[in-house]
Amino acid sequence: MSLGGLVLSVAMLLWTVPATGTPARPAADGDRAAGRGPGAARTSPAAERETCADGRDPAESLRPSNEAGPAVERVRRAGRLVVGVDQNSYLWGYRDPSSGDIVGFDIDLVKAIAKDLLGDDPEIVYKTVPTDRRIPAVQRREVDMVVRTMSITCARLKEVAFSTAYFEAGQQILAPRSSSITGFDETLRGKRLCTAAGSTAQTLLEKDDGGAEPVYVDNQLDCLVRLQLGEVDAVMTDSALAAGQAAQDPSVRLVGDPLTVEPYGVAMHREDEDLVRRVNKVLDDYRRGGENSPWMAAYKRWLADKMEVAEPAPPAPAYRDR
Amino acid sequence: MTQPPSGPPPTPAVPPVPASRQAPRSGASVAVPGPPRRTAWAEGVDRLRAAAVTEPGRLRIIGAVLVALVLAFGAVTAWQVSDRAAAAEAVVARSQPLSADAASLYRCLADADTTAAGAFLAGGDEPPELRERYERDIRTASLLLTRAAANSDASDPGYAEIVKLNRELPVYTGLVETARANNRQGLPLGGAYLRHAGERMREELLPAAEALHRFETARLREDHGAARSRPVLALLTGVVALAALGWAQRRHHLRTNRVFNLGLLAATVATATTLLWLIAAHGLARSGLDDSDRYGARSLQVLNEAWTGVLRARGDENMTLVARGGGAEYEESYQAGMREVAGDPVAGERDGTGLLARALALADDAEGRTPVRDALRATDRWREHHATARALENDGRYDDAVALVVGPGRDTARSAFDAVEAGLAEAVEHEQREFERAAERGRDALDGLPAGAGALAVLGAVGVVLGIGRRLSEYR
Repeated sequence: MSLGGLVLSVAMLLWTVPATGTPARPAADGDRAAGRGPGAARTSPAAERETCADGRDPAESLRPSNEAGPAVERVRRAGRLVVGVDQNSYLWGYRDPSSGDIVGFDIDLVKAIAKDLLGDDPEIVYKTVPTDRRIPAVQRREVDMVVRTMSITCARLKEVAFSTAYFEAGQQILAPRSSSITGFDETLRGKRLCTAAGSTAQTLLEKDDGGAEPVYVDNQLDCLVRLQLGEVDAVMTDSALAAGQAAQDPSVRLVGDPLTVEPYGVAMHREDEDLVRRVNKVLDDYRRGGENSPWMAAYKRWLADKMEVAEPAPPAPAYRDR
Repeated sequence: MTQPPSGPPPTPAVPPVPASRQAPRSGASVAVPGPPRRTAWAEGVDRLRAAAVTEPGRLRIIGAVLVALVLAFGAVTAWQVSDRAAAAEAVVARSQPLSADAASLYRCLADADTTAAGAFLAGGDEPPELRERYERDIRTASLLLTRAAANSDASDPGYAEIVKLNRELPVYTGLVETARANNRQGLPLGGAYLRHAGERMREELLPAAEALHRFETARLREDHGAARSRPVLALLTGVVALAALGWAQRRHHLRTNRVFNLGLLAATVATATTLLWLIAAHGLARSGLDDSDRYGARSLQVLNEAWTGVLRARGDENMTLVARGGGAEYEESYQAGMREVAGDPVAGERDGTGLLARALALADDAEGRTPVRDALRATDRWREHHATARALENDGRYDDAVALVVGPGRDTARSAFDAVEAGLAEAVEHEQREFERAAERGRDALDGLPAGAGALAVLGAVGVVLGIGRRLSEYR
């Protein structure tokens, strides 16, 4: 553990400081090629996959480990896991209006993690966090982790730690079926394009809005409300979340190719290394088993009917330490 | 003794103009070169001046002036009192009810929104009593809005707000119904619609209702002020008329040695009666209106403010749960709102600040104090339940927290909130009655005065004519 910790901190140091002298690593490596997940199946070659300043894949995390450190001990002592989730992302993390319970693909993963940490029938406290509150909630330790369709990006890695990727999606455009909008192209010029404040889509649009007029709201689902009310013309969000929106309103559809490839990860405090490793261990088990893996079970339960993916499979994990 | 003591008549000003009675010289005066044409005004002045030379002439002038003063007093009194009576009537019959309606409209809207959020929180099949409450709120709001529109025209400052409310209310209910439909489908989109509806309510409807209440209350203040403003002109004319009558009688006494001139005496009595009536009636009206303000309006204003605060706090409480962990700002807003309504809870003791404590101090009788005290006690219970619910949620027992806040039962935040509302409703109703009673008393005090003042003025004028006529007849 101590040797591993040393190696890790050196690795982290190297990775956070932009490598000026070392030549950038080639963008594609074995891990990544193997990591084509459900989102990747619909990804066009044009879709960008982010590479950090040191030339590495942001989705690279710490090697899994079952060893309990201070963070795991803290959770165990508290006797419950406090998780930041969403209650508005249909299929991912949403409040089922009939039961009032929060359910979804993300929530199934939360339950697996909690069970591993706390044993059978674990106590889980769900705290809903708006998109732009996810990072502060982790940093201020208001939650132990955030499992909320959160894309792993280089910028966010400077603020929080991520698990390995458990899903891959990409930014896409959602528009009414009758709309002339065909994707993130000239058909969006002058149109009102809605997205959640603090989302990766906002970062993307701030760099280049392609002539569209961005509208920022608290929550990606608020975009669908505005789209239905005619207050915006299109929505930009992850293909995964967009699928959830389209599932709630058959008159809208995804148009054009995904603009990015974004791995989803579990966000934790940067100091909670043992918890990151522990979650990665849970994810390993979660992915294992092919057609019979817990991951596939959750996929079939929530997403299979709503996403058009030829061969769904979890993205393969990538690690930055050896 | 029939000659005036002033002795020789005043010397006419240049050019010397003959009095109309000195006929022989009138021809000569025409020949006098001067202004070729004379204005009617100048002629009149000359004629008066000529008349003032002889006693009968003077008497005629005095009589005319007295009649004019007595009639003017009657007319000004009738006019000014009618104005005040109309304003008092407007207070009682129009502006007060409309101001109360506007306050009630605001409450209905805020309550509808809070109830919608509560029904959403309850999940699953929405509790029928919450659904009914929401529908009753919307029905009442539409009714109040129609009434406000019927009593307003495009020139009113509140008109724009009424138009806005009429436009936004169906939009709001549409959003809430969309939310319900989506909830029934099991889609989280319903919750997003409800948030959107709540935003519309807070940003469009409630500010418009608040502005409407402000305008209606300003109109009430205006009518109230107009009704209680002193009829200065009438009082002045009355005093001048009385003084003139007194002077005429003294002059009469000095010249004839007679003590009374019955006609003038009657005119004096009539005028004095009107003046006393005016002073007494307006004094009563003013005291009634002041009472309506002191015992009704001030309490009502504070109670309405408290009620608004209570509804807002309830909305915040629900939203804290709807936000589920992401509602820190709602919680802050709840605490601030409750402090404003019920003061700072210092170790469980109320510290006597806050709107309800003020309303308690303003309540002037037991009937007014009891419901406020009940409401205040219920806020304590509400705060306790709220704190427990917060602790439950922070402890991960979200469902228990929801049950404590919106669940049925006698010992929940909902029942405490209902008790606060019930107390406030009773107190408002009581103060409303107090206001109406006092304002009606004020309005009724002026009853009959305009007609009476007119009749007495005619009586006085007749007295003056008879009295002066009697003196004049002594010269024939």
